[in-house]
Amino acid sequence: MNLHGVMAIYRFEMSRTRRTLIQSIVAPVITTSLYFIVFGAAIGSRIQEVGGVSYGAFIVPGLIMLNLLTNSISNASFGIYFPKFVGTVYELLSAPISTFEVVLGYVGAAATKSIMLGFIILATAALFIDLQIAHPIIMLAFIVLTALSFSLLGFILGIWADNFEKLSVVPMLVITPLVFLGGSFYSTEMLPPFWQTVSLMNPVLYLVSGLRWSFYEIAEVNVWVSLGSVLMFLLICFSIVVWMFKTGYKLRS
Amino acid sequence: MNAVDEPILRVSNLSKTYAGGFEALKDISLEIQKGEIIALLGPNGAGKTTLISAICGIVRPSSGQVTVAGFDIARDYRKTRALIGLVPQELTTDSFESVYNTVAFSRGLFGRAPNHAHLEKVLKDLSLWDKKDNKIITLSGGMKRRLLIAKALAHEPRVLFLDEPTAGVDVSLRKDMWKIVKELRESGVTIILTTHYIEEAEEIADRVGVINNGEIILIESKTALMQKLGKKQLILDLSESLSALPAAINRHDLAISDDGMKLTYTFDTQSERTGITALLDDLKAAGIQFRDLNTTQSSLEEIFVNLVDESSEKNSAAVNGAAAE
Ligand SMILES: Nc1ncnc2c1ncn2[C@@H]1O[C@H](COP(=O)(O)OP(=O)(O)OP(=O)(O)O)[C@@H](O)[C@H]1O
Ligand SMILES: [Mg+2]
Repeated sequence: MNLHGVMAIYRFEMSRTRRTLIQSIVAPVITTSLYFIVFGAAIGSRIQEVGGVSYGAFIVPGLIMLNLLTNSISNASFGIYFPKFVGTVYELLSAPISTFEVVLGYVGAAATKSIMLGFIILATAALFIDLQIAHPIIMLAFIVLTALSFSLLGFILGIWADNFEKLSVVPMLVITPLVFLGGSFYSTEMLPPFWQTVSLMNPVLYLVSGLRWSFYEIAEVNVWVSLGSVLMFLLICFSIVVWMFKTGYKLRS
Repeated sequence: MNAVDEPILRVSNLSKTYAGGFEALKDISLEIQKGEIIALLGPNGAGKTTLISAICGIVRPSSGQVTVAGFDIARDYRKTRALIGLVPQELTTDSFESVYNTVAFSRGLFGRAPNHAHLEKVLKDLSLWDKKDNKIITLSGGMKRRLLIAKALAHEPRVLFLDEPTAGVDVSLRKDMWKIVKELRESGVTIILTTHYIEEAEEIADRVGVINNGEIILIESKTALMQKLGKKQLILDLSESLSALPAAINRHDLAISDDGMKLTYTFDTQSERTGITALLDDLKAAGIQFRDLNTTQSSLEEIFVNLVDESSEKNSAAVNGAAAE
């Protein structure tokens, strides 16, 4: 096992974050605060409680998921896309390091950043509302597993993308809509039955629902179903990554 | 670990066909001994970078086998890659990293524990120590080239590939570079470099390989090559102008200058009979007088151009018949 190699990648990626501290941390904190001000305080005051919790508190898990998903994807995809773009990937390809170790370095760093961000959002939320977390361990599991699997997805995206547009298309045109339509800011029970069924096809719904259950014990789907689907997603993404390296997909000609 | 005479690098029947169907390497075989300096010459698109990339793991070989110090590059990639350092042809760097960090990164990536003293030595050898905290983006092109060498040396490789190391490098830096290459060789490092400058190969290499159209046309010790393929020319300055070659001396391989004042005779130094005596006899018999004579020997450059031309003629059907630079 080339641990020095994994650490080199991990440290390199983390130092990239340090250089872009404002973009990585300050921006999400400001956006989150805006959500609380607009949705929680202004609009939320006119919305009755959802499932027994105040609207402001209801949207916290959704907000965490929104940030977790978009940041995991963008961190990991950029991390591997950039070396390809500038050509420094030659070093990675010629190094005595396995697929698994490369993924560990990049995805580990991207997930670490997302998890940190998740907690920053949580802390920001605590400034606006009275937080209660019923199952902290489950909450942690959801945050970690989501960060990992979507960092893997981002890694795949970064290898697949051959221009900057593709890199930003997936987070913008796929993830953001899925998060908004996945019951992050409303309960699907508020929807007509037809759209409730459609919502069940949205994978993000399972994530948001599971995380929300860990906070307030209210869920759209059973929490174990949620947890199972994150694990399955993680496995699928990992298999794709392994396949990519085995075949040299878009990396080795 | 290995037999004494196990070559440090052995390439056997290596071929590479790119996804588009282009055959960039055709059945390449070569052996390189520990501590050698090999220069690979070849026109643009010959396959030099592809060959290096295949050995280093950047390009997947289509067929054939490569071993480094006896280890297979596919099966034992951790061992072989740890032994190899690569300085790529393109200047590719992480603009926003500092010089020191990027070299430390390379060392770690190649599986070595941090070693500040080694990195300091490498950076000092390459005159980059005073730039160690600078961002890479602030370096000049030549400094970036040196930085890439420093990165390649960070993990103390035993085999160093330099893909056109002197492109865009000034004379004094080039001298420094050769000094480093020679020092590395003294410490037992094997060096394989590509270049378009024949003088470089002539100056530094022990052996010279010539690649064209994905084939090794020749790989030989520099001195043997110069001797074997070196043609000599005998140039005769005539006393009187000749309008054409007289029939009496036509059987010799002679060329006449436009003004008819010079005869050039090309001969092979290796052949048993150079034909000089016979030529001079015939000249005397034909009554041709000359004022002066001198001989010249072809340089590696001419040898190289001849070789590439020959092989390109043979491959005239091939896609890439580019002439030497
Ligand atoms: N990724 C690729 N896909 C398809 N063809 C490629 C690829 N890389 C190189 N080639 C082709 O393979 C041939 C050999 O290229 P290579 O880069 O090995 O040449 P080279 O000898 O290093 O040339 P130069 O002196 O210009 O650096 C060229 O015809 C090139 O167009
Ligand atoms: Mg090249």
